[in-house]
Amino acid sequence: MAQSQGWVRRYFKAFCKGFFVAVPVAVTFLDRVACVARVEGASMQPSLNPGGSQSSDVVLLNHWKVRNFEVQRGDIVSLVSPKNPEQKIIKRVIALEGDIVKTMGHKNRYVKVPRGHIWVEGDHHGHSFDSNSFGPVSLGLLHAHATHILWPPERWQKLESVLPPERLLVQSEEDY
Amino acid sequence: MLRGVLGKTFRLVGYTIQYGCIAHCAFEYVGGVLMCSGPSMEPTIQNSDIVFAENLSRHFYGIQRGDIVVAKSPSDPKSNICKRVIGLEGDKILTSSPAGFFKSHSYVPKGHVWLEGDNLQNSTDSRYYGPVPYGLIRGRIFLKIWPLNDFGFLRDSPNSHRFSDE
Repeated sequence: MAQSQGWVRRYFKAFCKGFFVAVPVAVTFLDRVACVARVEGASMQPSLNPGGSQSSDVVLLNHWKVRNFEVQRGDIVSLVSPKNPEQKIIKRVIALEGDIVKTMGHKNRYVKVPRGHIWVEGDHHGHSFDSNSFGPVSLGLLHAHATHILWPPERWQKLESVLPPERLLVQSEEDY
Repeated sequence: MLRGVLGKTFRLVGYTIQYGCIAHCAFEYVGGVLMCSGPSMEPTIQNSDIVFAENLSRHFYGIQRGDIVVAKSPSDPKSNICKRVIGLEGDKILTSSPAGFFKSHSYVPKGHVWLEGDNLQNSTDSRYYGPVPYGLIRGRIFLKIWPLNDFGFLRDSPNSHRFSDE
């Protein structure tokens, strides 16, 4: 009798110990290092989701790379939507702070990106809810850098940080 | 000898990672202790006061008008600002000076909040940089723990005239 009770207690203790180690470590890893996410929508075609709603790409989101809010022009990033904080959106960085952007569909023709902000656009212009609608976004909303497509297997690739050729900047900060 | 040292080092690293992760989870999902600096929230919060902030309201979208929140600064994501929520999305905000003859209003856009410091004379807030996206809010301050003579829940805004009537 005493022996079986001892066994249960030891098992319970081991479980609790494992639980309180594994859960915080896993949560911290997913919040701070990397996680995966399914991309929905057509705003980043043809780079992401070229097949439309038939097959959604699954991407690797790298939090560690943006821990100091360092992004380059051309990176594909995920950020908290400025219009709906419950949603994350995935777009390409077109311009950094200090750059002057020639907008496509924004109320102002040219916008200078303020300090601490970035200008993001989806690759599929016209079908994208991006900075052309809501203006420059604060870097504090940056969530992660999408580095690779993981699924479907035939679309396994590293996502390149290139600016679409038609979106070259009017003037960038480094020109001064 | 070497194996003993190696074993101890691994154990130390293991504990550091474990407690670091527990600390991250606590700060991110529950709350933490913060020190506020600057005069923009006087008299409610003075310079170098220590307060307790909870992060549950942010995750459950329970931030309300009149709450004091800590948020990432819109122009510098590495620093935090501590202000009071004057308006939520859809609220009408008076943007001109109250003493002026022509009053101009604007509406807080969807997904944003309007923040102002209690010390209106000496605060850089939404009157300067515009409405702040909700996603920048990190937590809600609800308890002051230092200095001890001012311990307790935080007072209501001294600027109740700034809140919209609707």
